[in-house]
Amino acid sequence: MLDREQQRTFLEKEARFAFWLLIPTFTVVAALIVFPVVWNLWLSIKPVALADLRGGSLFNLNLTFDNFRKVFADAEFFSILKTTLIYTIVGSGLSVFLGLLSALLVHGEFPGRSLFRGLFISPYIAPVVAVTFTWSFILDPQLGVVNWFAISKGLLSQPIPFLSQRSWELHLWGIAIRIPLALTSVILFEGWRYFPFAFLFILARLQGIPEELYRAAAVDGASPLQRFRHITLPQLSPVLSVLFLFRFIWTINKFDDIFLLTRGQAGTKVMTIKVYDYAFGEFNIGASSAVAMVLFVVLTCFLFVYFRWMSKEE
Amino acid sequence: MSREGVERAILRVLRVLGLFFFVFIAGFPFYWMILSSFKSLQEILLRPWDLGLGKGSIDFRAYYEVLFEHGFLQYISNSVYVSILTVLLTLTLATLGGYAVTRLRFRGQAFMSYSILIIYMFPAIVLVIPLYVIFSRVGLRDSVSVLILVYLAQTLPVALYMLRSYFQKLPVEIEYAGLTDGCSRLGVIWRIVLPLSAPALASVALYTFMIAWNEFLFAFMFLDTPEKFTLSRGVVQLAGSVHLSKQLVMAASVMVSIPILLVFLLFERYLVRGLTAGAMKG
Repeated sequence: MLDREQQRTFLEKEARFAFWLLIPTFTVVAALIVFPVVWNLWLSIKPVALADLRGGSLFNLNLTFDNFRKVFADAEFFSILKTTLIYTIVGSGLSVFLGLLSALLVHGEFPGRSLFRGLFISPYIAPVVAVTFTWSFILDPQLGVVNWFAISKGLLSQPIPFLSQRSWELHLWGIAIRIPLALTSVILFEGWRYFPFAFLFILARLQGIPEELYRAAAVDGASPLQRFRHITLPQLSPVLSVLFLFRFIWTINKFDDIFLLTRGQAGTKVMTIKVYDYAFGEFNIGASSAVAMVLFVVLTCFLFVYFRWMSKEE
Repeated sequence: MSREGVERAILRVLRVLGLFFFVFIAGFPFYWMILSSFKSLQEILLRPWDLGLGKGSIDFRAYYEVLFEHGFLQYISNSVYVSILTVLLTLTLATLGGYAVTRLRFRGQAFMSYSILIIYMFPAIVLVIPLYVIFSRVGLRDSVSVLILVYLAQTLPVALYMLRSYFQKLPVEIEYAGLTDGCSRLGVIWRIVLPLSAPALASVALYTFMIAWNEFLFAFMFLDTPEKFTLSRGVVQLAGSVHLSKQLVMAASVMVSIPILLVFLLFERYLVRGLTAGAMKG
């Protein structure tokens, strides 16, 4: 048995060892993640342009809300906010919905199942540059296969610029419906690229639903659809809402996909693109940081509402 | 027919249709990517709707041009180097950190294990600007080593979290036995923890490899010198410089996609586990 003194030195040694094991990770994360975040917060309340970053003025205490004033006064700000929310909510919802459908299709035993599974996950695994360039090519108005095919079959009279036109009129039975074309394309891309993520989780959850539930329901005379409605869906609903939460966080923070597909043109400018535009288009780091902060606040509000709603559900 | 029978029949038909639909939407872009990479510029321009290859001709010229005239040979080796080094560093640091967080007692333990996941809350674009400015200022931005460090920061929190939840399930008794037999802590990690954690390490390695191999934003913002480009950066460069020669961009896209898809198909089990564990605990 160790006496008190020995035990204390032992614990101290252990804590010191833990410190050395964690310090590399801690340093890397502090320097390359925590620091940039704090810096953003600081610069959002500072009058600063890209050129100012050379001088020592960064550390003066001349705080200001000018950056936020500029951001909110920007004529496009509210349309960007709206685009961001539409893109995030519809895109997340679509990817979870497609994930649910595909998981239900692949669930159960049948030949070639693992092949299907492998194929379905590919959009998520492939590098973002490869898939965005491929889709841009497929949807291209001049060289894209979709437009050529539709025109040669007489479905279209002229090509649709899916990724470069703001809105498009769909004529259905004499009614003209205006569709935000590029935004819709980008959202569909989002659904396509990220459904495999939901697919994997839902498939895993489906396999965890006890077989007895279904058998008991079948004995009671529940039809397949009723079993889906009353057993599968309730069993899946926790994973579905968690998936939506994760996708929401990631989608609202997403930059690469829209940047590579449309550069934020044609009504697809979301807040992450605006962060980039302020920093590298106008060289206004302060305004850029301010948008980043607004984005963070929007996300926090969403999380707040989400968790309030979740706890009410339970 | 009973309601059961009718619904069953309808669902069977819907399932086949649904599978066709998903196979088509998931597979077609890849099919088109590969197909177009084997076309010539003439075929791309004159018959964009051709779903097969004209006259059974497979044209490897796009690959030749991309590899030898657009510098992709170099980009491939850069990407391999960056990804493998990121994987090795992440595995090392995450193992040490994960062990500390699960097995050692120290103040701030709980804080360390959860706060790291807050990284999810911040978009990469928010991180990229300050880092861009700082690294430009000290003249280190255009560097592969800095890029590896950035990737390390992106993957470490999740890797550490994944290993942590695996270590928690390992029996502590064997480690105590090792310690009493005179093994040092590091010896215990090396001889006992690592061999037992092989599946978890494989998942982390694959997850990290995927992140590093696919990463676009930091590579795009940080690298200026073509000799240092990773594949993703190279594809963007190429797409910006050739306007009509889509077959080149598609060949480049195939080259950047094939390795990751192959790795994934070979080790699917681990990657799936890595992806699911990487996103959620337990």
